[in-house]
Amino acid sequence: MPADLSKGTSTADAGRAALVGLATEPGVSKPDPILVATGITRQFGGLKAVDVKHLEIQRGVITALIGPNGAGKTTFFNLLTGFDQADSGERSFNGKSLKRVSASKVARLGMVRTFQLTKVLSKLTVIENMRLGATGQRGESFWAAPFRALWADQESANTDRAMELLKRFKLDAKKDDFAGSLSGGQRKLLEMARSLMVNPELVMLDEPMAGVNPALKQSLLGHVKSLREEGMTVLFVEHDMDMVRDISDWVVVMAQGQVIAEGPPDSVMGDQRVIDAYLGVHHDVDTTEIDPSMLEAEVSAELGGTQDGGDHS
Amino acid sequence: MPDFLSTPFHDALSPIAISYVLAAMGLNIHFGYTGLLNFGQAAFAAAGGYAMAVTIVSFEVPFIPAVILGLLAAVALSLIMGIPTLRLRADYLAIVTIAVAEILRLFFTTSYKEYFNARDGVSGFTGTFRSWNPYPDLNDGFLTFSRGDLWVMTVGWALVLLLCLLVYLLMRSPWGRVLKSIREDEDAVRSLGKNVYAYKMQALILGGVIGAFGGFVGALGLASVQPDTFNTDFTFIAFTMLILGGAARVMSPVVGAMLFWALLSLLAVILSEMSDLSWIPGDLLDNTRIGNIRFAAVGLALMLLMIYRPQGIFGDKKEIAIDAR
Repeated sequence: MPADLSKGTSTADAGRAALVGLATEPGVSKPDPILVATGITRQFGGLKAVDVKHLEIQRGVITALIGPNGAGKTTFFNLLTGFDQADSGERSFNGKSLKRVSASKVARLGMVRTFQLTKVLSKLTVIENMRLGATGQRGESFWAAPFRALWADQESANTDRAMELLKRFKLDAKKDDFAGSLSGGQRKLLEMARSLMVNPELVMLDEPMAGVNPALKQSLLGHVKSLREEGMTVLFVEHDMDMVRDISDWVVVMAQGQVIAEGPPDSVMGDQRVIDAYLGVHHDVDTTEIDPSMLEAEVSAELGGTQDGGDHS
Repeated sequence: MPDFLSTPFHDALSPIAISYVLAAMGLNIHFGYTGLLNFGQAAFAAAGGYAMAVTIVSFEVPFIPAVILGLLAAVALSLIMGIPTLRLRADYLAIVTIAVAEILRLFFTTSYKEYFNARDGVSGFTGTFRSWNPYPDLNDGFLTFSRGDLWVMTVGWALVLLLCLLVYLLMRSPWGRVLKSIREDEDAVRSLGKNVYAYKMQALILGGVIGAFGGFVGALGLASVQPDTFNTDFTFIAFTMLILGGAARVMSPVVGAMLFWALLSLLAVILSEMSDLSWIPGDLLDNTRIGNIRFAAVGLALMLLMIYRPQGIFGDKKEIAIDAR
């Protein structure tokens, strides 16, 4: 598919070019957003886990979502993909509102996610895992299912496509093994390959590198980059800063439920707000030298209004 | 044939065994393939049996339409139980199904006595079905089965065969793959764009309808439907049969149920022989205790099975090993 690939590369190049010179403020608008979220909030009891005022994801590039533990990244992921319902807010994918759209419908629209704790279907073989990902299968309707002739062609086409993907992810030798017998890293690969069976436009990876050994990490990095080269948009949550720096074109930083900064990797990593969020505001100061009354005021301000938590820069 | 061979063989083929085979086949769809915990399979059998019997006896509906009404009753019951619970965690379906099964049984026992006749149950609906019996009148029937029993068994086992074929065809299809995937991980299936709720509902209906067929065969075999047939034991014995055969295999409920009945009656024969020969003192073992002791023995056998062969008769040991990881 050389034609496809060059088309993909051009999308990626255009996307990257469009990001140059954008303001690095939270919620900055992008020239060609594939996903737009506005005013998304999610409350768990007294805790406001997510409170994102505005966020746009540029088409054709790799966007990283980072933040310290408990920042609300995975919750935000769940809200975007419809796996959890937001208390308020609007989101749209390719300009289409996702209000009251179920998680499965979101996936069929072309926005497919993976999970932090890998979800392979243990007692199905690797190839069956892959086949499940194909959309629009005639044999998945109850009335057509008993009659093999109605879906055999489609099934073999899907199998061919699945085998191509498995070869690319170097899992083809494992095709008849139970998915439950794969190693942690192989499961990550299988989950990514399976999500591609849906033919997504936007791939959302929740911590793709968690628990993966360094050798496999390099090949996973390559696979994520190749998604971009094929014209897909990638949004991923990650803790591994090397990976973020290496492959992302744009970085969004969350802390305490809010987007506190975004921008190209190099500028974001040096952003004072980001450093504060990760290391604490007074990480480079001896706390005994701070005026205790000032500290107290800061603490009570933070306790008084958790939604202002990210703004004490 | 000696008693200890003919009696188990007789019981394993009887109409009652068929009704349990079908109930267990329904549970295999629910629990074995889709992972739905249905503890109220008795409700589906009861709904089917009662709907057929009452419409024939009280409303003079012909036999075939009455059977169709019985199937519709099972579909309606699936919808009633599935709509509120299938979006929730698996436990809720388990709670609701066991409650509905008990409610239905008590309802048939205590309400609308002019239709349901309380504990006596409904009878007198087998006329049309019996009039189709092609067998000649035999004085000494096959394995002491009566002519009527043979006819119910012919239809019943044919039904089992047809439904096994249907289950086989469905489970090798992409539809069956979605069900098995839901059993493994619902969220993964949802993330791949499948409407999990709709598939779970289809599975609940299919298993319920197969359970209702079990209700028909049981009703025709006994020539009556009684509320006490459909107590919670009915469901749990069907589950036991399924696990004995090994869940998520087409033939496992069939072989599991036949084997269960055969073992149960073999034990009854052996125990009563032992008490007749006074090998065991009469005050330890009398005929009323035999019934209970054989269930205890079957329970013991099941425990041993779970320890030494947790995958059941047809299961794959490799699959079980995955769970242990």
